[in-house]
Amino acid sequence: MWRYLGKRLLISLGTILGIIILVFFIVRILPGDAAVVRAGPYANEEKIEQIRERYGLSDPIVEQFTRYVGNVVTGDLGTSIRTEASVTDELMARLPASLELAFYSVLVASMIGIPLGIAAAAYQGTWIDKSARVFAVFGSSMALFWLGLLLIYFFFFRFGWFPGPIDRLAVTTLAPLHITGFYTIDAALTGRFHVMWEAFRYLALPVITLAFVLAAPILKMVRAAMVDTLSADHVRTARAVGVPWRRILLRDGFRNALIPVATAIGIVFGYMLGGNIIVEFLFAWPGVGRYAYTAIQNNDLEALQGFVVMVGVLYVVLNVVIDLFYAWIDPRIRLGQKVAA
Amino acid sequence: MSAIPADDFHEHEGGGPFIPPEIDATAQRASFVRRKPLAAIGIVILSVYVLVAVLGPFFVVDPLTTDPSNALLPPSAEHWFGTDKFGRDVFARAVYSARLDLSVGVAIAMAATAIGSVIGVIAGYWGGWVDEVMMRLTDVVLAFPGFVLALVLVAVLGNSIPNVMIAVGAAYIPYFIRLTRAEVLTQRELEYVDGARLAGNSRWRIAFRHVLPNSLRPSLVQATLVAGWSILTVAGLAFLGVGIRPPTPEWGVMVAEGAPDIITGQWWTALFPGGLIVLAVMAFHFIGDEFGGEPL
Repeated sequence: MWRYLGKRLLISLGTILGIIILVFFIVRILPGDAAVVRAGPYANEEKIEQIRERYGLSDPIVEQFTRYVGNVVTGDLGTSIRTEASVTDELMARLPASLELAFYSVLVASMIGIPLGIAAAAYQGTWIDKSARVFAVFGSSMALFWLGLLLIYFFFFRFGWFPGPIDRLAVTTLAPLHITGFYTIDAALTGRFHVMWEAFRYLALPVITLAFVLAAPILKMVRAAMVDTLSADHVRTARAVGVPWRRILLRDGFRNALIPVATAIGIVFGYMLGGNIIVEFLFAWPGVGRYAYTAIQNNDLEALQGFVVMVGVLYVVLNVVIDLFYAWIDPRIRLGQKVAA
Repeated sequence: MSAIPADDFHEHEGGGPFIPPEIDATAQRASFVRRKPLAAIGIVILSVYVLVAVLGPFFVVDPLTTDPSNALLPPSAEHWFGTDKFGRDVFARAVYSARLDLSVGVAIAMAATAIGSVIGVIAGYWGGWVDEVMMRLTDVVLAFPGFVLALVLVAVLGNSIPNVMIAVGAAYIPYFIRLTRAEVLTQRELEYVDGARLAGNSRWRIAFRHVLPNSLRPSLVQATLVAGWSILTVAGLAFLGVGIRPPTPEWGVMVAEGAPDIITGQWWTALFPGGLIVLAVMAFHFIGDEFGGEPL
């Protein structure tokens, strides 16, 4: 157990260091004078010199690198060039908005993907399976910005069912007290149920947009896992002795497919951790993805760099947590045996 | 594991001597359509796209000519997709975009496949520390969503079509390294490799002339999917104002320019080009999916 844990953590630390090195390499060593790129297209010599000085860009590269690693390890992702504020603070202030969007999107995607995946596996080769497959292809080739615009056009402009793409709440509504950072939960906790309802209405369109796309990989992975478990001996035995098919599906099939299903959801959630730049931009959602968008528009490489490091590190950490969780619930993994999952 | 039934190429594996059936071209085409209907649909859609991309520009008006007096006209017989806020013909712009988007998508997929499979062969066939280093590197790159990585690379390299291609291609290379490596690991244990070695071929020659071609299949299938995703990624970046910039006729650029019109009711400026992106990507994915491509 400890051996497994130690090895896993060591590899992850290596990956995190790799992420920091890669981002540093991309942002600082690639072509162009780092100071000129940072200063933006309209800067004069003086401004460029000022930035070079301020960010220590004329120091030897090794010194710059060790300083950067030291800062990141202590949680300092740099200082925004435009706002002069700490990138870590700015990201942390926006993370809850992204996480709320990610949470509900993955939730809805699972509610679509899991039942469809189970149905596709249970009725392999039938029209149910085939339609599920077409749906999956459709989802994985969907352009988020197009689907989002389509939904905005119909459900905001034409029918007026949902609010327009402006923010998490109407301008006139006071944001709920910060407890978890999820507006829906915070509003409920403070008893402002009309605010909770409003938060859900603002979430609806971006969540549907993302859920449609995220349901595809979940569906595919659930189907594959279910096909695997349904072909196992114990399932065949259960069928042979006359256990009802519906019960086999849920008890023998789905329960045994839970680990790969949880992995699928974990992976999908991992990719959502960094927010979704396109959807957050489209719906003016004030999360980390929109922060990254603004950083690009402002040529704020420091802020963008901070965002990317955060995305990479969060993803690795999430993977470690998922792995440890499996090792905890499944002794075969922690004892180092091969598991078909 | 794979959701796809046994494919054409491996059907005869281990089933005794392979006797080639008599070939009847028409029957063969019919059976392909029956067995892989989605792929057939995908091929038909893509053929139309290619035709439009190649010939279309000769038949439509100039995509850059502005005409303020005819701004934001709805679709009509004269302007099939309507006009945008500068009075440019949306259909003409969409047709010109097809050329750019399709060639960029296919070029990215081909370059990423080529580079990824060469590195994959080296990692898989040589093994040892080379393999270890390559795998850890792909781990690092794969910790980022491809879109985010491409975004940062373009932000640093600067907005231009070649830079977008480099950035998006770089984000997909690790997938091809992994795919090829996995296939090489099984291929290198097969007897033909021993045979080639006994015949006196050098390591390099075996790796690149014998093992690499035999390990390409998964990558080539995946390349179809990646061609679709590359179009999606390039357009997505353009939508955010990164990479390909206005006034270049490109689907993502058109969606970005037309997006503000949506909330005032002029749906055609953004929804037509966006729909064309989705349809093109879907066509690639229908083909890739039928041949056993896996979602990334």
